Formats: sequence, C-alpha cells, structure tokens
Amino acid sequence: MEFITMTDVEKVYPTGVTALYGLNLKIKKGDFAFIIGASGSGKSTLIKMLYREEKPTSGQIVIGGVKVEKLKNRKVYKLRRKLGIVFQDFKLLPRLTVYENVAFALEMYGLPKSEVRKKTIKAIDLVGLKDKVKNYPHELSGGEQQRVSIARAIVNAPKLLICDEPTGNLDPDTSLEIMKVLEVINNLGTTVIVVTHDRDIVNKMKKRVILLDKGRLVKDYEKGTYDKNEKC
Amino acid sequence: MKNVRILFRNIRDGLKNVFRNFSLSLASISCITVTLIIVAVSLVGSLNVENFTKLISDDFTIVAFVDNSADEESEGKIREQLEKIGNIESINYNNKTEIAEEMKQSSETFNSVISSWSEDENPLNDTFLIKVKDLEKIDKTAEKIKNIEGIEIVKYGEGMVDSMVSIFNLVKKILIVIVVGLVLVTAFLIVNTIKITIFSRQEEIEIKRLVGASNFSIKQPFVIEGLIIGILGSIVPIIVTIYGYTAIYDKSGGKLFSQFIKLVKPFPFVFYISIVLVVIGVFVGMLGSNRAVKKYLKI
Repeated sequence: MEFITMTDVEKVYPTGVTALYGLNLKIKKGDFAFIIGASGSGKSTLIKMLYREEKPTSGQIVIGGVKVEKLKNRKVYKLRRKLGIVFQDFKLLPRLTVYENVAFALEMYGLPKSEVRKKTIKAIDLVGLKDKVKNYPHELSGGEQQRVSIARAIVNAPKLLICDEPTGNLDPDTSLEIMKVLEVINNLGTTVIVVTHDRDIVNKMKKRVILLDKGRLVKDYEKGTYDKNEKC
Repeated sequence: MKNVRILFRNIRDGLKNVFRNFSLSLASISCITVTLIIVAVSLVGSLNVENFTKLISDDFTIVAFVDNSADEESEGKIREQLEKIGNIESINYNNKTEIAEEMKQSSETFNSVISSWSEDENPLNDTFLIKVKDLEKIDKTAEKIKNIEGIEIVKYGEGMVDSMVSIFNLVKKILIVIVVGLVLVTAFLIVNTIKITIFSRQEEIEIKRLVGASNFSIKQPFVIEGLIIGILGSIVPIIVTIYGYTAIYDKSGGKLFSQFIKLVKPFPFVFYISIVLVVIGVFVGMLGSNRAVKKYLKI
C-alpha cells in the first residue's frame, strides 16, 4: 500500500529558481528510504514539501490520504501531528530538560499528564536515554542530543518519520548508532525517510535509495548503495 | 477538558515568560504605564469638562417677559406657542404679583419700594422661565421665542453661552483625540517591544510549529503574557488617579476658578476611570502580543 504518492510535483521558488521538475515518487507504508543527491539537487525542497513547510508549485502530494498541497495554513498542524521530524541541528529547547523537550509536544496537544508521562518515558527508553531524563541539552553529546530529538519526533507514534541529515553533525560511529535507532523505529512499523550525504551509512544499511540530481529523480534502487560515480 | 488543560498550561507559560524576560517585560509595562497616566489625565479632564457643560446648561435659562397688555387668555396662547418650539426642556410661569412678593422678601429696600405700589401700578412683567435641551442652539430658540406675539423682551446670557460652550466642546474634542492617539501609539510601541521578546523566542515558536502545535496554542501564551503586562502596567496609573484626583478635589474644595465650575465628586468617579484604565491596558497588551506573534506564524 502506498503511503506517500507524489505526482508531477514541480517547485519553482519566487526567485525563479526551479528546485524540482515533474517528480513522481511512491513510498510504501513501512518503507525505509534514503534520499541522496548533491547540494542543490532538490532533496531539502522535497522533504520540506512532505511536512508542508513548502508548497508545490504544481502537482499533487498525498500522505496517508491527506492531500498535502491543498492543506490550509491553519490546518497544517494536523498533518504535523502525524509526522515526526528530525533535523541536523537537533532543534532542542535549551532551557528544557530531556524529559521536557520530549513531553512538551504532547502537552501542547492537551494530553492528560499521566498519558504524557507514559508516552514520553517510552520514547526516551526506545532511544536509550533513560538515565539522562533530567539533563539539559548542553550536558549531552551530539549523538545523545540527536536521540532526544528522535524521541521527540516519535513520541506521538507518527506514521512517518522524516529525517533531514540526521547525522550531518555526528562522527561515523555515532551516526551508525543513530541509524540503528531509526531502523528499530522502522521495524516497529513507522515509515522512515532519511536525507543524507553520508555514503558509508547508505552503503551499510542496504535500504531503498532515491537519487536526485538538479531537481530530477535520476535513480531509485530497491536495495541500493551509494555509487562512487554519482556526483554527490 | 483538553482545552482547559491547554489553557492552564498556557497561563502558566504566560506568567513564566513575563518574569523570565523581566527586563523586556518591564519595558512594555513602563510603556503602558506612561501612556495610561496621560490617558487618565485626559479622561479626568474631558469628563470634568463634560460635567461643567452639563452644569452650565442646567443653570442657563431664557427669560421671556410678557407684554403688560396681555391678558390671561393671550398668555395661554403664548404658552401653547412656546410648547410648539422644539429644543425646550421646561417652561415655568411666574406672574408679576408673585415676582413682586418674592422681591419684597429678598430685601428691605425692595420691600419699601414695592409696598408703595398699588395692584395696578405694578410695573413688572409676567415672565416665562424656559430651559433648553441643547445649549448650542439657544440662539435660534431665543429668536423664535422673541417672534411670538405678546412677548416683549427675551433675555439670556448671549455671547457668553456661545463662547463657553464652544470652548468646552473644543477642549473635549482635543482630549478625545489625545486619548485615541495615545492608545494607538502605545499599541504600536507594545507591538515592537513584544516583537523583541518574541524575536529571542523565534526558535521556540518554530519548534512548536514543527511538532504540530496549532497556531492558536502557540499564540495563547503570548496573548496571556500581553494581558498580564497590561494589568501590571495599569497599577501605577490607577494609584495616581485615585490618590491624585482625590487630593486635587480636596485641595480645591471641589471647585475650579469659580463657584460655577464644580469638579466631579471623586467617588465613585475614580473607580470608573480605574476600570477604563485596566480595560485599555489589557486590550493594548493583548492586541500588541497578538500582532507581534502573528508575524512568526506565517508559513
């Protein structure tokens, strides 16, 4: 069953730059896919459209039955509650502890305290940070901070986890650990999309690889590797 | 239940934010304080002017003297015609015998002079005392009364009424413009001050949006913060109004320049003003935050 369907998606920025040309892409429920490509290939634009930070200029995007491009600005939060997003720079709130950083999304949805507690502890446990719940982000290593941000992304049990260069700021060993965490989440049934530059990781994981070049989808491997000849 | 939980959380966050960014909150609070003091002075001023105008119009009477040849029947006709003129609040009739009696009692000199008159010799006129509804139109009303047959002379404080009423009206209008202008200027200043506080929390807003907080639940703590700032900003102006105005009233004995210009009694007047100040403070604070945060909610 297709979970994400992109049909003839085109994106032209107001500056006149075309970031994506007629993109067609289908991702199944429970898939794990890497999106790779050189800088300026349109991969950031692609995932920004998935969480509706950007709107396509033309074409359709359907995620789990929701027509993303038709969503009104004030309704966007409904889509975002079904997604988890992980960023390269973690985007944690420095004044909140690990627990608070993970819990605050649920609190903003108005969930009762006991439920917030249960879900938060479960998510923190899943990323392996149970002993650090009371620490502040600046007391953690980069890898740990990224785990916190993953815990925050999955705390509401999203159907789709979008990761924008999640290992961009991390050393190779830590990167691999983060990928293992993402794989565990994927095995629990969540669709995972990872944008990355990291050749080693892509090669080791043997997952679907979608290659973009200058705004066009050029290759889509079922169990792909990062070809040395590709300009990425 | 869900919304109540969100509301409580947002009230808690709003309060926290006021004190966490206290130096910036203080800037907004003092901004509101200064404006509200000026608004309070203008309000007290314009309401007092309003009061003077009312007192003066209550005191102003047109006196119409009836021709001495008029008999009872024609006086009845005059009254009918008077009643037909619009802009008339009340008509009182005094006949000359009553006036003579009143005058007799008012002083010894009058008493001796008037006592010497016989019934037919009384040179006084029967009079109508007329109060008008709208003081600004007193000229036209007096003119109409003058044209009634059987009315000999019409007297009222010509000239003086005109100039006083127009001065008071002008003062009132100026004060209203000041109040409205100040409220707008403060709203603008508050928007900018709150924008600075929000600027430092841009990332927080961005993250909240990304994890799926609705615009409303992002905005609410900021609006509550504005409300708290508005309330805090109106405390000093209220104290100034209550104590300041009471002191002025007591010192001046409730009169300004002359016996005719009476000040409004301080109680409950100052409380009404205080309520207006809190409402303006809260309104401006909430409006300011609302506008400031809106900028960061656009996608």
